[in-house]
Amino acid sequence: MIHSLFLVNSSGDIFLEKHWKSVVSRSVCDYFFEAQERASEPENVPPVIPTPHHYLISVLRHSIYFVAVIQSEVPPLFVIEFLHRVVDTFQDYFGVCTEAAIKDNVVVVYELLEEMLDNGFPLATESNILKELIKPPTILRTVVNTITGSTNVGEQLPTGQLSVVPWRRTGVKYTNNEAYFDVVEEIDAIIDKSGSTITAEIQGVIDACVKLTGMPDLTLSFMNPRLLDDVSFHPCVRFKRWEAERILSFIPPDGNFRLLSYHVSSQNLHPLRSTSLVAIPVYVKHNITFREGSSQGRFELTLGPKQTMGKGVEAVLVSSQLPRGVLNTNLNPTQGTYTFDPVTKLLSWDVGKINPQKLPSLKGSMSLQAGASKPDENPTINIQFKIQQSALSGLKVNRLDMYGEKYKPFKGIKYMTKAGKFQVRT
Amino acid sequence: MNGHRGFSVLRSEAVGAVRTALVSAENLQLTLKTELSQEEQHLKPHTHTNGGPDETHTKGYCTEVNDDLKEMLESNKESLKLEAMKRIVGLIAKGKNASELFPAVVKNVASKNTELKKLVYVYLVRYAEEQQDLALLSISTFQRALKDPNQLIRASALRVLSSIRVLIIVPIMMLAIKEAASDMSPYVRKTSAHAIQKLYSLDPDQKEHLIEVIEKLLKDKSTLVAGSVVMAFEEVCPDRIDLIHKNYRKLCNLLVDVEEWGQVVIISMLTRYARTQFTSPWKEDSVFDEHSVRAFYESDEEKTRDETEAKAYVMDPDHRLLLRNTKPLLQSRNTAVVMSVAQLYWHLAPKNEVSIVTKSLVRLLRSHREVQYIVLQNIATMSIQRKGMFEPYMKSFYVRSTDATHIKSLKLEILTNLANEANISTILREFQTYVKSQDKQFAAGTIQAIGRCATNISEVTDTCLNGLVLLLSNRDVITETVVAESVVVIKKLLQTQPTQHSDIIKHMAKLFDNITVPMARASILWLMGEYCERVPKIAPDVLRKMAKSFTSEEDIVKLQTVNLAAKLYLTNSKQTKLLTQYILNLGKYDQNYDIRDRTRFIRQLIVPNDKSGALSKYAHRILLAPKPAPVIQSAYKDRDRYQLGTLSHTINTKASGYLELSDWPAVAPDQSVRNVEVIEPVKEWAPSLGKTGKSKPAKSSDDKFYSDSGEEEEEEEGSGSSSSDDSSSSSEESGSDAESSVEKNSSQSSEESDKSSSQSEKSSSESDTEKKKRKTKKPLQKKTVKPTAKDSDSDENRNVAKEARSSSAEESSSDSESDSDTDADSGTEHKKKTKSKAKPKVEVKSNEEVSLLNLDDFTPAPVTQLKSSVLSPSLLGDLEGLCLSNVSSTIQVSGPAFVPEKSHDLLHRMTGKGLSAQYQFPRQPCLYQPTMVSVQISLTNTSDHPLEQIHIGDRSPTGLNIHCFNTIECLEPEASVTVSMGIDFNDSTQAANFQLCTKEDHFSVSIQPAVGELFLPITMTELDFHKEQGKLLGMNESSATITMAAENMTSQPISRPVATVANLGVVPSGQDNVHRFAGKTASSGAVVLVTVELRELSTALITINTEKSVMGSMLLRDLKQALAQA
Repeated sequence: MIHSLFLVNSSGDIFLEKHWKSVVSRSVCDYFFEAQERASEPENVPPVIPTPHHYLISVLRHSIYFVAVIQSEVPPLFVIEFLHRVVDTFQDYFGVCTEAAIKDNVVVVYELLEEMLDNGFPLATESNILKELIKPPTILRTVVNTITGSTNVGEQLPTGQLSVVPWRRTGVKYTNNEAYFDVVEEIDAIIDKSGSTITAEIQGVIDACVKLTGMPDLTLSFMNPRLLDDVSFHPCVRFKRWEAERILSFIPPDGNFRLLSYHVSSQNLHPLRSTSLVAIPVYVKHNITFREGSSQGRFELTLGPKQTMGKGVEAVLVSSQLPRGVLNTNLNPTQGTYTFDPVTKLLSWDVGKINPQKLPSLKGSMSLQAGASKPDENPTINIQFKIQQSALSGLKVNRLDMYGEKYKPFKGIKYMTKAGKFQVRT
Repeated sequence: MNGHRGFSVLRSEAVGAVRTALVSAENLQLTLKTELSQEEQHLKPHTHTNGGPDETHTKGYCTEVNDDLKEMLESNKESLKLEAMKRIVGLIAKGKNASELFPAVVKNVASKNTELKKLVYVYLVRYAEEQQDLALLSISTFQRALKDPNQLIRASALRVLSSIRVLIIVPIMMLAIKEAASDMSPYVRKTSAHAIQKLYSLDPDQKEHLIEVIEKLLKDKSTLVAGSVVMAFEEVCPDRIDLIHKNYRKLCNLLVDVEEWGQVVIISMLTRYARTQFTSPWKEDSVFDEHSVRAFYESDEEKTRDETEAKAYVMDPDHRLLLRNTKPLLQSRNTAVVMSVAQLYWHLAPKNEVSIVTKSLVRLLRSHREVQYIVLQNIATMSIQRKGMFEPYMKSFYVRSTDATHIKSLKLEILTNLANEANISTILREFQTYVKSQDKQFAAGTIQAIGRCATNISEVTDTCLNGLVLLLSNRDVITETVVAESVVVIKKLLQTQPTQHSDIIKHMAKLFDNITVPMARASILWLMGEYCERVPKIAPDVLRKMAKSFTSEEDIVKLQTVNLAAKLYLTNSKQTKLLTQYILNLGKYDQNYDIRDRTRFIRQLIVPNDKSGALSKYAHRILLAPKPAPVIQSAYKDRDRYQLGTLSHTINTKASGYLELSDWPAVAPDQSVRNVEVIEPVKEWAPSLGKTGKSKPAKSSDDKFYSDSGEEEEEEEGSGSSSSDDSSSSSEESGSDAESSVEKNSSQSSEESDKSSSQSEKSSSESDTEKKKRKTKKPLQKKTVKPTAKDSDSDENRNVAKEARSSSAEESSSDSESDSDTDADSGTEHKKKTKSKAKPKVEVKSNEEVSLLNLDDFTPAPVTQLKSSVLSPSLLGDLEGLCLSNVSSTIQVSGPAFVPEKSHDLLHRMTGKGLSAQYQFPRQPCLYQPTMVSVQISLTNTSDHPLEQIHIGDRSPTGLNIHCFNTIECLEPEASVTVSMGIDFNDSTQAANFQLCTKEDHFSVSIQPAVGELFLPITMTELDFHKEQGKLLGMNESSATITMAAENMTSQPISRPVATVANLGVVPSGQDNVHRFAGKTASSGAVVLVTVELRELSTALITINTEKSVMGSMLLRDLKQALAQA
């Protein structure tokens, strides 16, 4: 399984290494650096690189490459999934997963890695269990530890490790018992030049923050569970119950977790009309032209709300990778601020909230490199936005019930729609 | 050198430290320090052997830093040591060499500070290989830790011990692994499975021994262990497929509950297994045989549920089991699990079922970039063979401008695979966008994809061709590379159907001037030459142009020029003869030898001269032979030779350690190898054979059962009056046995237990005999218990039992009767028998507590238990007889004076997924074995679905003997049931851990008895009490004085709290102010005497006499508390 792990930063330095079996020389990373050099973008480094004696499987998160060294056959996804869990755990512990954070907490990082893998095979990856074994560093605890000499390391096997509900520790106590659920839907769409939708899909998740005493057993039911086309669950959800009744029944982990992710396919929304698609909440009018021989290009962009069910579109952010030939831009936004990076050619426009009465627009000219031929392709426009208090698919939670404990918890549910990979081709 | 210095410093410091420690008079630190200096003594000799190599490591500033650290490690402050270790770990993390600190670090291996110890472990594992001798010093610490009561410490000791890659300790590791493999903690067993792999990689010679351990661990029922042991199996002995047979069904059934990483490993192992054991489900001509399918489902109730679809193929039930049990895992949040299920379906499922994995795979595409990459690769391979699977999800593979390049090309690949007549127009429209992409590599890839679509779908060949040509002419839209790619693709397309396309060839010729990419130019030239007869006017002109620019062309273009010239010479020599000769002359002096060779060859071939007569005749046929069109196919075409989802599949070469997926066997190997004597079958034959249903591992119960019946028969023969008689109709026996009864009194155990039973005999003898009549002889012997139990339940007995208890004298006499018949038997059987008798009889006492419902439901239970207890005469049981033999016959077990109602939570209904369990101590002598404490468990189903097969599963091997209740077949929602079980606590308050299992789940639960529950009340005269007390003085006596409330100073309030705390009998007392209680411990039968003497000023003196001094002091503590409260 996983032999060693190297952490490589964007400038190609190995700043942490950990070995679970015999030591592998860090020179094995040279193969990785080679691939890194060949790749035009950091994302283009292939995730699996074979070398004469080892295989390197890497993931890139927060500008850090996590390079795992493998010696023999293993499902690559196994390693990739594990590496992402490692990153998630670091984020959970340190708030951010940056090179600095890792270097500052190198001992905790090492203790974590030691617990997460034994002989290269995952041992404890459940955050509740890890937190009982190794307490996350806080300023207060550090101070207390230096004074009292107590440690961050648990001395008992976490109860979860052996129980049938490994995700929940026993003896949880809260004075305020509360359970919050966020239904967040992301819309992925490709809109073509003429404004018609090529593809649109809704991906949703239900993130929960549950702080309940004892061992509560929750059930969550939906008004319209048929909408959910494909689902994946946190291990706590009882699959059989879902299959039979379309009800989510579970003993929740303590704290934050992702209960469910689901997919609402366009076919499901309109079973009769094969072409009809998800309601697209915004539209874009654009006019981007380059003329042959001219050193000027025109750039016009107008955004407007569409099918938003009366909710405001907020936090709109437009970004676009302009062609290499563009030297600079001279644009005027009617609202918000825009920036253009002449090096990366990235245009971004922070629009904010769309006012349906006065539609935001960005107009002006682009200056092109003199003598260069006209760019082949118009840039693609990526849009981000949020719509509060509404789930685009119309998914509605019916009720949340709690069994097994006496007290009455405070329950809350929030809906939100966000743009996922929302692209407009021009 | 440095080593020497280091150690002398170390020594002197150690001395200094001891001194300061003495001064500071901190005891803890003092002991700590002396320990250290002892270890230092050990270290000393090694400095000489290791001094040499150490020196080489030492360099410049590093030494200073390390000296600092060394000093910190030597200090006697934990915090300093910890700080030093943290810095050292920092060094290790950066890849700096910290090996020379080894001696200083290794001394802290036994530190009390957990974090410090852990960091030392980290260090040790990292450098042990380099410093083998020193590493050995730490071994004893781990060996000690392996025995620690804390499972986490045991496990981590094993982890580190097995990670120390030093050959000398292989035997120690082996021993540790073997021990850990039967540890009571599943966590430790899991660790041992990991250790197996480590040891194997260190010393492959241990393989055979390790396989034994693996075999053992494979049988483990814990979900925690399953994944790790299968991993070990895959690494050590993947070819020993025979080890899997017996565990196959268990693994399938456990799979959903195994942790996600284990699931991946198990699924991929089972995929391989299934391919060797089942026949192919892919045969078209398979026969529909519903009958056999159904027969299977009937035999196994688990499977009946969700399986309704009829199969047009007779699938091995085990094969189906695997497919069904993996399906829910498609909903896992772990992408690796989803992928592994997908590949399992791909390789094992009937063709029409594979498509259920599609949705889940498409879902994974929302995940991280790296996940997308792997999943897309697998989809690419799948989509070649099974277009239909992914076609509905075509739009999910549309490329976004933000995708990474390798993702883009994979999506392109899949889209191309999916293209068919129906969707090609949509796909082509999408491709048009991609062609204009700024990512040129991707745009070129798109052109190739268009080319592939065009060749695969003949309807669109023309459209594609025209489209590509259009692209070419619209030069400002696309760049050089794209043009070049188009030309190459067009060339290939034209080759497939050249006849209609002279226009396109002409068009290409026009473009020729503007195209600079060599490959494209060469392609056009080749086209001209190949189809020169279709463009007779243009071709010579192109050749003319080439003649001009020949010298400045690339090699590949030059070669094609020569070819073109040759072909034209053959077809149109009038116009091109001179041009050809010119070009051949240029070629003759070219710098590239390939071109020179080619030129020479062509000249000989086409230009007729005296020597080359024979060949030139065929020149036309040689050069202008019709050429087969190239086949454009996917790069993923034969990737399916590797198992999907594997590393080998991803890199398209065989990775080391890749295990081939075998082909389906033509004939399935014997299926019966997977048969395990599981609980279900046992149940089936239970009714006829006297109900063996219970939750012990099936095999062992079998054995017992049979051997059992044998013994029983013997017994029956031996005892003149049938054994059924002795328990029920005592009156009959009394006659024959009376003679021997007098001598028999010495064997205490039988006496005591029999005493109690005698009551039941009296009350129930009638009904018993009736029942017996209905039964055959063999079951009869066992059934005898049942009637007693049932009868005892009947209401009249409740009163009777109470009476019986009070009148112990009577009982004793009847006891001796039943005893006597055992004597008639010879030697060994004797004891077994008495025990067997004892149990059923003891049960009678419980009549007060046990509800009707309980016994009716579980009549089988006592029967079973009886049987097994008969067979397994526990040593303790025998000892019981011995150790009690010195007690006078007047001491008898009596009924409980008081039974507290209090019940304890065994399993909370939330943890138990709807199953809740509570236990209480009914304080009845256990009917299963006299040494056991009986426990009543009330099970309630709070869920909304029936819970099936509630039974006791894995018991931790603590040496506690547990007698389980019978499997409860089904517990309806809201129903509850009370069952009783027996636990032999061995006279300790250590908790009994076991698993309460339902069909789907396993819950670890434990029962922790209060010390008072481990006693059985006995009655004795005051005289006997004093006699016993006289034997138990000194160490065996503990006493305490307490203050009590005045109003409690009467006998009633005293006996009540005492009885609440402990299951003791009241001994009649001549004095008002002295209260006496007596009991014996359940397991060993040691007498426990409690005296409470009330004194003036509301004080009382509690005295406890027992040889079990630990229990005595615990009891004293409990009593003090209880009486003070009272």
